[in-house]
Amino acid sequence: MNLALRDIRHRLGRFVLTCVGLALLLGVVLSMIGIYRGLVDDALLLVRAPAADLWVVEAGTLGPFAESSRIPKDARETVARLEGVAEAGVLTFQTAEADHDGRKARLYVVGYEPGRLGGPAAVAEGRPIARAHYEIVVDRRAGIPLGARLRLGSETFTVVGRTAGQVDSGGNPLAYLTLKDAQELQFELDGAAARNQALRGDAGSVNQVNAVVARLAPGASPDRLAEGIRRWKHLGALTQDGQEALLLTSVVQKARRQIGLFTATLLAVSAVVIALIVYTMTMDKMREIATLKLIGAPDRAIVGLIVQQALALGGIGFTLGAALIALAADHFPRRVIILPADTLALGAVVAVVCVAASLMGVRYALRVDPAQALGG
Amino acid sequence: MEALVELRGLAKHYGDGATRVDALRGLDLDIHAGRVVGLLGPSGSGKSTLLNLIGAIVEPSAGWMRLDGEVVYDGGWRRTDLRRLRLEKIGFIFQFHNLIPFLSVSENIEVVLDLAGRGRADARARARELLDYLEVGEHAGRRPSQLSGGQAQRVAIARALANRPRIILADEPTAALDSQRAGIVMDLLRKVAAEQRAAVIVVTHDEKIFDRFDEMHVLRDGSLDGGAAGEAMP
Repeated sequence: MNLALRDIRHRLGRFVLTCVGLALLLGVVLSMIGIYRGLVDDALLLVRAPAADLWVVEAGTLGPFAESSRIPKDARETVARLEGVAEAGVLTFQTAEADHDGRKARLYVVGYEPGRLGGPAAVAEGRPIARAHYEIVVDRRAGIPLGARLRLGSETFTVVGRTAGQVDSGGNPLAYLTLKDAQELQFELDGAAARNQALRGDAGSVNQVNAVVARLAPGASPDRLAEGIRRWKHLGALTQDGQEALLLTSVVQKARRQIGLFTATLLAVSAVVIALIVYTMTMDKMREIATLKLIGAPDRAIVGLIVQQALALGGIGFTLGAALIALAADHFPRRVIILPADTLALGAVVAVVCVAASLMGVRYALRVDPAQALGG
Repeated sequence: MEALVELRGLAKHYGDGATRVDALRGLDLDIHAGRVVGLLGPSGSGKSTLLNLIGAIVEPSAGWMRLDGEVVYDGGWRRTDLRRLRLEKIGFIFQFHNLIPFLSVSENIEVVLDLAGRGRADARARARELLDYLEVGEHAGRRPSQLSGGQAQRVAIARALANRPRIILADEPTAALDSQRAGIVMDLLRKVAAEQRAAVIVVTHDEKIFDRFDEMHVLRDGSLDGGAAGEAMP
């Protein structure tokens, strides 16, 4: 006879309410893990978008994401001519605020040369940029429709295409411009400032980029090419793996620790809550436990009653929480990625926490004197 | 006549030295099959302690005890599985019935049979049989909270009888009942003792049921009043 199930059925309302409370708590834990996964994925997405093997940046910097980097645009030709390089492209990166119908949208703008390495991997709606100027491809997350006109800097652009799920490590939607438009947006000064600079004799140069990306021919070694570029070309160079690692350690590391700490705290709170609930549920049954012991119930029946209830509480709370987050994930302002492995791992942690949390109740129950059942 | 409870020199003390309290002082007592025995005495006289010793809930400090033909204590427990001993040989009836509130009336009886390893169908049939025997069969699916005090106490008696124990220990079983219901409960216990050849030991202060006992023993300061054999009623 399953005593745990019968006790739950007897106090169903209270049990369900407790499960709902726990579900919300575990849902928050799972969402924190999902937010972290989203953060890492978003960060890597930007680095992986050009599908490059090598990143060439300003010498002595760890650009273009961890540090600022500016190199002449013609560095692309230098890199493209190297033995082992199959193709190369130039990129600019900057955060900009676009104005669409009086509404501000923060975008992470990528400038590239159409037809060369560095454009959007796939356009979900519309088409890629086909004209030299004033066309833009934005991500759906910006909420700007196809065909819309938006103002960036001093120019107006038409949305010709929309990508899906393309954001930077800060969650800002990506926007793609032609290199020329992006350079003007990043490097060109407005009229009065340009005149002042010219009067000081500084002509300035807009023909700069933040990085050159290269895809290597089969068999070429990214490490050896990067070493050669650093030594002979007076430029910085990072392999794709190096760039990803750098981004994770420099850009995402603090967020990872912050979220990790928060998740651990929430798990500890969940453990305390489960322990208190199980302990209270056990305390409520002291007389019944004493009676069961008196009529001959072995310890395993008493332990089973408590541990099974703790596991049911954790299991139902966890399942409800996971379902809730799966339904709500798309409504979070930042991307939440719930991986099956993370869900299973959290489920295992919750099971362990439930068993550990029930130990206090079990310990108390096993010490109950069956004689307590006698007398008033 | 077969003695189901045999106690020789049974003693229990708590603490040592200056703090020592002798709850029972070398008690000799035989209780036979088919008898309903009352244990009387003022508070602190040792009635509950004696019930706890016979119920294998508390370990005696000295003496010898045989239950249903098996020596269970002889200066130390002779069995390690005392709960199994209770499950097989002893039925308990409490002052406030102590039915498990989250089980139905029938399940309160089935749980004892389940613990003893009886199959589900077998347990259900036995529970039904006992509830009918005690005339509460129509309440089998109800919760204990839906029963009157008298009905709940009948169910508690049914639970105590589930494994056909030869020894039934009842702790103030009529204290929460009026005279009429107390009489009914005692008549049931007499019926059980007679039909199942069981020894029923009742701890009570309830004078209105004294006439239902086959014999009564009065405890005073841990000893049986009126000699080792106690005071036997006609």
